[in-house]
Amino acid sequence: MDLKRVEIRWHGRGGQGAVTASMILAEAAIYQGKYAQAFPEFGAERRGAPVRAYTRISEKPIFSRAPIIEPDVVVVLDPSLDKSLYIGGLKSNGVLIINTRKSVSDIVKDIGRSDIKIARVDATKIALEVLKAPFVNMAMLGAVAKAVPIVDTTYIEEAIKENFRPKVAEANIQAMRRAFNEVEIS
Amino acid sequence: MSSSTKRLASWREIPIGGAITEPGNSVKRPTGDWRVFKPVINQERCVRCYLCWVFCPEPAIKILDKPYKTASGREWKVTFEVDYDFCKGCGICVEECPVKAIDFIEEVK
Amino acid sequence: MEKDLWIRIPLSSNYAAAYAVKDVDVDVVAAYPITPQTTVVEKIAEFIANGELNAEMIHVESEHSALSACIGASAAGARVFTATSAQGLELMHEMLHIASGLRLPIVMAIAARALSAPLSIWGDYSDVMNTRDSSWITIIASTAQEVYDSIIQAYKVAENPDILLPVMVAYDGFTMSHTYEPVYVARDRSIILDYVPKKRPSWNVLDVEKPITMGVVANPDWYYEFKYQQVVAMEKSPEVLKEAFQEFEKRFGRSYGFIETYNLENSKIGILTYGGLYGTVTEAIDYMKKMGMNVAAIRLRVFRPFPYEELLKVVKNLEALIVIDRAISFGATLEGPVAMELATMAYKKGLDIALHSYIASIGQRTVTEEDVIAIVKNTTALLEKGVKVTEKSIYWGVRL
Repeated sequence: MDLKRVEIRWHGRGGQGAVTASMILAEAAIYQGKYAQAFPEFGAERRGAPVRAYTRISEKPIFSRAPIIEPDVVVVLDPSLDKSLYIGGLKSNGVLIINTRKSVSDIVKDIGRSDIKIARVDATKIALEVLKAPFVNMAMLGAVAKAVPIVDTTYIEEAIKENFRPKVAEANIQAMRRAFNEVEIS
Repeated sequence: MSSSTKRLASWREIPIGGAITEPGNSVKRPTGDWRVFKPVINQERCVRCYLCWVFCPEPAIKILDKPYKTASGREWKVTFEVDYDFCKGCGICVEECPVKAIDFIEEVK
Repeated sequence: MEKDLWIRIPLSSNYAAAYAVKDVDVDVVAAYPITPQTTVVEKIAEFIANGELNAEMIHVESEHSALSACIGASAAGARVFTATSAQGLELMHEMLHIASGLRLPIVMAIAARALSAPLSIWGDYSDVMNTRDSSWITIIASTAQEVYDSIIQAYKVAENPDILLPVMVAYDGFTMSHTYEPVYVARDRSIILDYVPKKRPSWNVLDVEKPITMGVVANPDWYYEFKYQQVVAMEKSPEVLKEAFQEFEKRFGRSYGFIETYNLENSKIGILTYGGLYGTVTEAIDYMKKMGMNVAAIRLRVFRPFPYEELLKVVKNLEALIVIDRAISFGATLEGPVAMELATMAYKKGLDIALHSYIASIGQRTVTEEDVIAIVKNTTALLEKGVKVTEKSIYWGVRL
């Protein structure tokens, strides 16, 4: 993958924080001095409905405002989403980063694509242990930072601090760090 | 085309936005020739109650420091008169006068 | 640009608008929430609550009242701001004309959105184009940075004694209003206030010491002259806009004009559009370059006054111009509002150019770089068939 410009598509359910995660990753990239863009798939958002969000990160200014149809990276926050919702368009040599209890080999079998890299993390478990609630979005940021090294975790931490009250930020930073360490990459 | 025969100001000469920047300019625009009927105050009957002055929308009721002595010998310090340069002949004073001291008579020109 | 005077932060275009409002030290904000404008006013409310902006926020019951309150506050000499979208702008419509007719320098942000019915909360420029004849100066931004900068410039132009017209700064609903991107904002607003100083109002204001009457009746002997004053102010505005852009660049290093171009040299075909779609068009042009096609992009930044002199300079060497409009003028000769302007300009200036009008991204129907390339290919084929001006606008992406 060419890290000069990376296009990420986020998938989750309304209320899980995919939009916030897409935004915080872009914010972190901007704090790091890069160019970035984050925007949700603008719908009439409803809790529980599948939602999409996008992040572009680049060394150079970004001009396009088209939704990302062929992403370099797909991030899935909710393992119960049907794969047909998120796998479409993922580029060859792209990365699928997924919150799941399943093993990498099981995911490969499910997805049926050998041309992509898989990164799996049990973000729900991390969130339940660290945050005592299934808020997986910041943990997923840790997995992204490890699997696609485009934004340093120090800047992700800075962006998390900008968006949450200190106590909540601290717990989310812990979840993010744990996912960074625990993510398994094929 | 202007319907008036006199030359009106060009767009350059008038304040922008239709603002009227000269307060109290209605004194320059007499409206007395709008009348069909004119109110005439009967000084004998007038009790100087001020109600015509209160109700007149123009306002075209003048209060003059002019003493008046009625036929029955009553003395008033002021006199109420209609300012015919501005009275439009609406008749509100005629209607409101509690002692029927204002006659409403047809204008003859 | 002196780096230490600015901080680079992630902002949506809505937030960028709110930061500009804070930095020009607006006195009165009156607005009614509507998607996708809402977060502009939320952010301003936050600034007021935190003490970062000392302004009066008037909570009104409709957009009609929002602009009415702005008109009253501006007539009292305050620096005022409002923001809206779609039906909100339509509900303001009669007040748009009163704001401009009274010559009040109000500035408004518009997160451009499609009009009901059927209900669409998504972006296009139907709302903005409907205000075409309201005598508001209209700037259409294409980045969040430009939204911040344009609102600052808007006050400079609106409050100029030779202009005194309201200004609207529009940008894409959602694809800009809710998109985060890096924006330089002033570390200290004093640099902004040096550029747009708050002085004693130069416009007609209500003052008990010096009473005036505003909003009078103008009979047929007078009305026409007041409208002509607006024509003259609009005619003077390009010069004042240009000065405002130049002084902005001199002070802050960010350069803006009436139009922007990309890859103009060596191109025979140009694509003219406005708002955020321009960004997608420029990226498509980069792809086309790699494919061996040279196509220019032209962005219309100022819609009113329409910058035909500047446009003429850049389109005169082109053979064909594609105009992509994000609004429909139903039943018009060409249904793209900006395409119609271009047709008039071409006739007025005797310009021999092919003009292809396209309508796209209505109600935020996706337009990708691939669409832009396909539009160019479609136009190339039409040119080969000898189509000089499209008989009607081409409705790109609609299911036929």
